[in-house]
Amino acid sequence: MSTGTLTWAGVEVPREEYLHPGHLACQGCGAALAMRLVLKAMGGDAMVVLPACCWTIIDGPFPYHALKVPLLHTAFETAAAAAAGVKAGLEVLGDTRTQVIAWAGDGGTFDIGLQALSGAAERNEDILYVCYDNEAYMNTGIQRSSATPLGAWTTTTPEGHPEDRPKKDLMAIMAAHRIPYAATATVAFPDDLIRKVRKARGIKGTRLIHILAPCPPGWRMESELMIKVSRLAVATGAFPLFEVEGGTRYTVTYRPAQIPLKEYLKLQGRFAHLTEDQIAVLEQLVKARWQELLDLHARTHGQAEEIPVVPIGG
Amino acid sequence: MVTVSATKVITGNHAVSYGALLSRVQVISAYPITPQTQVVELLSEFVASGRLAARFITVESEHSAMAACIGAASVGARTFTATSSQGLALMHEMLHWASGARLPIVMANINRALAPPWSIWTDQTDSLAQRDTGWMQIYVETSQEVLDSIILGFKVSERVLLPTMVVLDAFLLSHTAEPVEIYDQGRVDEFLPPFSAPYRLSPGAPQALGGLADPGVYFEFRVKLQEAMERAREAIVEEGERFSKLFGRFYGLVQEEHTGDAETVIVTAGTMAGTARAAVRELRSQGRKVGLVRIRVFRPFPFSEIRRILEGRKRVAVLDRNLSPGHHGIFYEEVKSALYPVSARPLVVGYVLGLGGRDVRPEDIQAIVDDVEKREEAREIVWWGVRR
Repeated sequence: MSTGTLTWAGVEVPREEYLHPGHLACQGCGAALAMRLVLKAMGGDAMVVLPACCWTIIDGPFPYHALKVPLLHTAFETAAAAAAGVKAGLEVLGDTRTQVIAWAGDGGTFDIGLQALSGAAERNEDILYVCYDNEAYMNTGIQRSSATPLGAWTTTTPEGHPEDRPKKDLMAIMAAHRIPYAATATVAFPDDLIRKVRKARGIKGTRLIHILAPCPPGWRMESELMIKVSRLAVATGAFPLFEVEGGTRYTVTYRPAQIPLKEYLKLQGRFAHLTEDQIAVLEQLVKARWQELLDLHARTHGQAEEIPVVPIGG
Repeated sequence: MVTVSATKVITGNHAVSYGALLSRVQVISAYPITPQTQVVELLSEFVASGRLAARFITVESEHSAMAACIGAASVGARTFTATSSQGLALMHEMLHWASGARLPIVMANINRALAPPWSIWTDQTDSLAQRDTGWMQIYVETSQEVLDSIILGFKVSERVLLPTMVVLDAFLLSHTAEPVEIYDQGRVDEFLPPFSAPYRLSPGAPQALGGLADPGVYFEFRVKLQEAMERAREAIVEEGERFSKLFGRFYGLVQEEHTGDAETVIVTAGTMAGTARAAVRELRSQGRKVGLVRIRVFRPFPFSEIRRILEGRKRVAVLDRNLSPGHHGIFYEEVKSALYPVSARPLVVGYVLGLGGRDVRPEDIQAIVDDVEKREEAREIVWWGVRR
C-alpha cells in the first residue's frame, strides 16, 4: 500500500491506487480511468453502487473485485435508489462518514435509470452520482442511447440512418432538480476532474458528475487516441466543461479553443459517414449551445470574458 | 412474566405498521398504493414523532422502494416496505434481487387484483405471481396474525437470510378493525434482538457483492437459496414455538381444524379461511365430517403437512381466489402436486372464486362442500359464483 500524496497535473492526490491492475477494461477505456481518478479524489472513504454497465464487467467476475472500496452490484435502473438505500442504511447504523457513489453509464443514467435518479435528486439524497458517458450501450455492443450525439453511427443507428436526435441534456435536467452541485468533466483534464470531485465530496446532498468517457471500440478509433479525443471534445466545444450550483449558478470551466469540430469528429469512425454539410450543421449547433452556456455563466458572474481558454497543451 | 402490552382496535394495515414499529425497523422505503397506503402513513408518523428511530425514504416508485431496501439491507440495516398489486408487479425484478442477495427484508403485500380492468379489491394473483422470486410468503388471516407475522418474519428472515412477504387480503383484512394485542417493546426486543448481518457491505472491507457469476459458480448460489428455503421450514416452526412461549400464540406452516376424522377437507388461505371456518363449524354441528386446512406458509411449501393431513381423505376442495390462466387455481396446482407421491390420494377439486374481491360467504363454502361430496371425479376448475 502506498502512502502519502503526490502532485499530479497540478493537484495533490493520494499515491494510493484504488483501482487494482488486472481489471477487465478494454485498452484505452475512458471509464476505467474515470474510476481511477474519482476514487483518488474521494480518498478511499467510499462505497460504489453499480448498476448494469461496462463496469459490471470491468470490476471482474465473482470472486474478483478490482477496487479497494466496497462495491454493490444492482439492477440497471436502480443506481440512485440503491445508493440512497445504502446511505440511509449506513446512517442509521451510525456511519455518517462513508461517501456513497452511484456509478452508472449513460444508458443507466440518461435512459433506464433516469426515473430513480430524478427521485433521488428531488429528495436531495446525500449521494455522489457519477455518470461515465461513453455515448451508447457499449457493454451490449454499441447500441444508441439518449446520450448518443446527433449524427453518430451505432449498431442501432446504422449507416443510412444515423442518430437523428441531439444528445439529451442531462445537465439541464439535473439543474432543474436544483441539486446542490452538478459538473461535467473528462478524463483528459484530470486536474479539473479531481477538483470537481473534491468539491462535490465537501457538499451534502445530491451531487452529480457527468464524465465524458470515450470508448475506443464503440467510437471506432484506436485506443491510443482516447485522451486526445477527450481533449478535443472539450477544445472544439463538443463537450463543454462547466459546473451548476443549486441549479442556477453556472460556471463554465474552459472556453473552447479555435479548433474546428471536424478535428474531433474525424478521429472517430462513428462519424466517418458525415458529409461536410452535415458537419457544418453540427458545428452550428455546438456554437448555439456555447452561446447558451456563456449567457448562463454571464448571468451568474456578470460577465463571461474571464473564462480561460482550454489548456490543450501539445 | 410481567406484561405491559396494550390491546387496541386497529386495522390490518395498522397492525402491519405496529409490527414494523415493534421490530424496530431501521430503514423504510415505500411508495403509496391503495389499499396499502395506511401502512406507510402510520409508519411515517412513527418516524416523524421519533417513536421509531428509522430513515423513511419516500421513493418515486415501488421498483425504487425495493432497490433502496436492498441498498440499506446490504449494509446491514433492518429494512421494511409494503405494497400491493401493481406495485408488487413493478418490484418483480428487485424481488429476485433481494432473495438472490440473501437479504432479510420484510414486506407486507396487500392482496389486490391486477389490472386491467382496474380493481382495488382482494385477489391473491399478485403475490402468487411472485412465487418463484425466492421470497418466503406468509398468508395471514387476522390482524393479530399480521402484527405477529411481521415480527416473526424478521426473526426467520434474519436466521435463514431470505426475505419474507407477509400477505393480507385487501379491505377484508387491510381495512377491517379488530382487537390486536400490541406487545411491550422489551418483550419483543427479547425475541428479536438487533440484526447483526453475517455478510454485509462494510467500509474498509473492499468486497463486491452480486458480481458476475459464470456457469462454474452460478448454479451453486441457486442451490444455496433452495437449501435456505428448506431450512426456513424448520426455522418457522422453531421460532413460532419460541414466539408462542413469550406471547402465547403459535403460528406454524399450516393451520388445521376438525381434520382428525374429516372425510372432506377444505384447503384455502388468507381471510377466506375465516369464512370457511364458520362454514365448517356449521356443517360439523350438522354431523358432517368436514375439516379445514389453512395454508399459512406458501413458500417454503409445507409438503409434509399437506401430505400428512390430506392423505387418505375422501375429498379435498381447494379454494383459490387467484388464477394462473392456462393452468388452474394456484393453491390447487400446488396441493395436487404435493399429493402425487402419497399412496391414498384423495379426490381433489379446484374451486376458483372471489376474484377481484367478489364476496365469498359461509353459504358459498357450505355449498362447495355439498358440491365436492357429490363428485366422483376430480375437476381442475369449478368456477364458483360466476355470472353467466
